[in-house]
Formats: sequence, structure tokens, C-alpha cells
Amino acid sequence: MPSRILLVALCFVSASWAQIGVFQSVDDFINEAFTETPSIETLWLNNETREQIERALNRSFQALRIRYWRHGGRTAWILHETGKELPITVGVVVENNKIVALSVLEYRESRGGEVRYPLFRDQFFDAELNNDQVLSKHIHGITGATLSVSAIKRVATAALLCHQIAVDVETSP
Amino acid sequence: MKNILLLSTLVLTSTTLHAQTPSLDELWEIVKAQEELIQNLQSELSANENKIEETHIVATSVAEAVESTFSASETNQQAESWANRTSIGGYGEHHYNIVEDGSDQIDAHRYVLYINHHYSDTIQFFSEFELEHSLAGDGKPGEVELEQAFINWQFAENHNASIGQFLLPVGILNEMHEPDTFYGVERNNVEKEVIPSTWWESGVMLSGELAPGLAYDAAIHSGLMVENFRIRWGRQKSAEAVADDLAFTGRIRYTAMPGLELSASVQYQSDIAQGTLTDSASATLFETHAVYQGEVFGLRALYAAWDIYNAEFEQNGSDDLEGWYIEPSVRLSQSTGLFARYSNIDPRRGDKPSQETEQFDIGVNYWLNPNVVLKADYQNNLEAGDDAFNLGVGWSF
Repeated sequence: MPSRILLVALCFVSASWAQIGVFQSVDDFINEAFTETPSIETLWLNNETREQIERALNRSFQALRIRYWRHGGRTAWILHETGKELPITVGVVVENNKIVALSVLEYRESRGGEVRYPLFRDQFFDAELNNDQVLSKHIHGITGATLSVSAIKRVATAALLCHQIAVDVETSP
Repeated sequence: MKNILLLSTLVLTSTTLHAQTPSLDELWEIVKAQEELIQNLQSELSANENKIEETHIVATSVAEAVESTFSASETNQQAESWANRTSIGGYGEHHYNIVEDGSDQIDAHRYVLYINHHYSDTIQFFSEFELEHSLAGDGKPGEVELEQAFINWQFAENHNASIGQFLLPVGILNEMHEPDTFYGVERNNVEKEVIPSTWWESGVMLSGELAPGLAYDAAIHSGLMVENFRIRWGRQKSAEAVADDLAFTGRIRYTAMPGLELSASVQYQSDIAQGTLTDSASATLFETHAVYQGEVFGLRALYAAWDIYNAEFEQNGSDDLEGWYIEPSVRLSQSTGLFARYSNIDPRRGDKPSQETEQFDIGVNYWLNPNVVLKADYQNNLEAGDDAFNLGVGWSF
């Protein structure tokens, strides 16, 4: 009996899907995000904009600048945010101050990887920031992946904010 | 300065000439002056562009230097120090129980620490250490317990193994019971008595995904040793546990739809008495639950049942044990939620005399922040009458 159960378990194991791994390269993500070759831009942060990003991420943010891709009114951001203990690499595409795509590029934890599936990610489509600078849409969580879900939401918020700042920098006199 | 003089000359000239048609020589002088002005402006523009580029190079160099300073120090620490690869977390809760027909009680019910260490991308250590009821020792009400201590090993690209002492994959609260994650000051009786949470064993557990949002767990581990016919008292807690009879637990869990979890677990042990009875007492636990959390409404529903095949258990009336509960909830805001719960535990099923207990709870959670919660509830035990009004504070980090 025990050996049969183990054999069944191993069959499940061999058919299992990965929780951990690189699911999309940066190049593939950028190629999907833009129909024409984007330029690589730099968003320089001052004290005020850094504080805004720190509020969005709910932690300190030490970088002086953030690199992003841009073509016309569309920007793409690749940000890393810790779920439970390890960083999740997330790509976010923003246009007209709304999220048009979100992708989990790399997931490093052994649990909670359901956040990479379309049913979860598609919730972010059309999300924007409200007057309180939080996401305008409710994002349903995933049991057992609460911290990963929270990390993705923080990244989405930060990407929308960065897009706003980048556009404001361009249009300010 | 030179350009200003040229510009002034042009303006003056054009103003003077406006009164009369200039001669060819005068026009030629104007053109030459304009050409000189344009050349000078182009030179200035070029010089400014060079300065802007130099400034950009300086700024980039400064940024790279600053960023390399803190990233290099982080890299050195990660390479050389365990501290950055070790994390601490935990949770705790205090309760005030105002019992209708009994003594009121204040209790530092739980103080729990997680200590985890990240050896590499494929090997991690997880642990959970707990103090219950504040004071442990002879004659003291509390306990010091090692609740989890296992190595998680990603031994192949799609495979994880937990080796050591881990929480069994059954129920809703057994694995996730931080106080800010559930309603009610006390954990529900169904999972406490029937499952019986919190339940940990030592062994090996394989985990993974069968398809997007469909996960499995399969474990072989130490088993119960049930004396006095009460399942909950059969937890050996890996404390020099008798392991003549191991147990097997399997779970399928569906989480593909955001906000929804459907789960079913089965456990089998060929003798939960570990040879202490005349005949072996084979036992099977079946548990299934559904959890839904929307933006406003939430629902938890759980059913669990034991079947034990042994004459002495049957004679004692303890060979069947089942329980279930349903718990709807409403989030009034980000910080406030209301809930109600109906629980039913029946230690005897089928045509045996019923000794079922029913309990109704109603209460509120108020989150000071997502990980700190104040709780209040009223529990109405519909059979025994030990009703109580409970207050609690809980946190996790």
C-alpha cells in the first residue's frame, strides 16, 4: 500500500507544473509590449518622487533612477518586489495612465506561484490610480499566496505612479 | 555680448532703413551681419549641447557610483553573512474570555516565532517555535512547542520536497492560522476537535502543481497515537513519537479562480493506536472545504470526518467523528469585517445516539493595519450553555 501511494505521488510529481522559474525573458516582454522599437529612458527621482514610490511600495527605495522603455504614450516597467521572502520580477505596461499588461517574469518562491496565471494577472487590466494613489480596481487574492498577491499589487501601483511621474516630467514647463 | 551688439545693430539698422528702401550695399551688410549672428548662435548651441551631455555623463557616473556602493555592500553581505539570508517572522494573540456560567479568563494564548534561512535558490529552512499560555513547565498552563522545522528542497525544476517536521495539508486553519487571517477570537471547534488543528508531524512531503491553479501535496509521516479514544489527544507532536505505524496524507487544491479555494484531503493510518489495543485501529480522515473572498462578501465552509475500524473504538462510541461549519462574512471597509459561524460536531453518526454539539458565533474584526487585528465575538453553545463574550488582539509580521 505505501509503495503504491508513493508511485501515484511520483506520477503526480512528474506531471507537475513549475512554481519557481523564469517564465518570460525581458526581451520577450518588451517585444510583446510594443509594436515598434521603444527607446530606453531614465526616470530620475528627487526626494518628492522617491517618497511617493516608497509609499506605493510600503518600504524604502534607495535607487536614484529607474530605467524604463517608452514609445509614444506607452511605457513599460520591470520591477522587483519581495513576496514572502524572495523577490518577484514583474513587468507592467502602462498607457493613458492605465495598466494594459502585467506579467510575472520570474518567480522564486516555492509556493504562491499562482500569481503568474492569466486569471489572476488579467484583473489588473485597465487598473489606474484613484485620488488616494491606490489601485482603482479590487484584486481578488489567492489563498496561500497572500504575500505574493500583495507584492504584485504594490508593483502595479508603483508602475502606474512611475508612468505618471515620467509623463509629468515630460510635459512640465 | 558680441551677439547682443550684433542683434542691436541689426535692430537699429532695420528700424532706420524701415523709413527708406535700403541700397544693395546696405542690404549686403545686413545679410553679412545676420550670417555672423547665426554662426555665433550655432556655436553657442553646440557648446550648450556639449555641456548638457557632459552633465548627463557626470550625473550617470554619480548615480552608478552611489548605486554600486549600496549594491556592492549588499552583495558582500549576501555572500559573506548569514544574516541577510535569515529572516524572522511570527504572530501572537491575547484573549479575554467573559464566560457566562464560569470563570472569566485573560490569556496570552500564543507567541510564535518563525526563523527561516535561505541556503540557496533550491534549499531553504523553515521553522516555527511557539509559547502558549505564557508560562510553561510543571504545573504551569503553557507549552513550549516546536511546531515546524523542515528543509524545503527543490530537487528538480518542477519538484519540491519538505523534509522534517511540517504542518499537515488538511483544513483551512491548519497551515494558515495567523490571527489576522481568520474571524473569531478563538479558532473554530470543528478544526480543533475533528482535524485536529494545529496538527504537525514529521516525514517527507512532495508538493507541486498538476495544472495551472491545481496543486497537490503527498506526504508520508509519523502518525497519531490515540489513547482514551479522543483524536485530538492522539497528536504526538514529534516528541519521541512512536512510529510503528506511519500515516499518509494527500491533498488536491484548486486556486485558479482568484478569490476561490477548493480543497480535499485524505489521510490514512493503518493503526492509530500504534499497537496499544488488541486489534489494529485503521483510520481514514476525509476533509474538504471551500473558501471564497470577494471585495465585500466572504464564505468559508468545511466538512471533516473520521472513520475508525476497531471494536474498542466502536464500543466506546468513538469510531465515527464528523464536523462541519459554515461562515459567511462581510467586509464593511478595508478595516472592518463582520462574520457569523454555525458549527456542528457529531462524535456519533448513522443510527447511533447523537451527541452532537452545535455552536453559533457572531462577531467583528477590526484591522488596525493589514497585519494587526482587534476582535470581538459572542459564542453561543446551543447545547452545553457555556456561552461567552470574547475579546482579542492579534498580529503577525
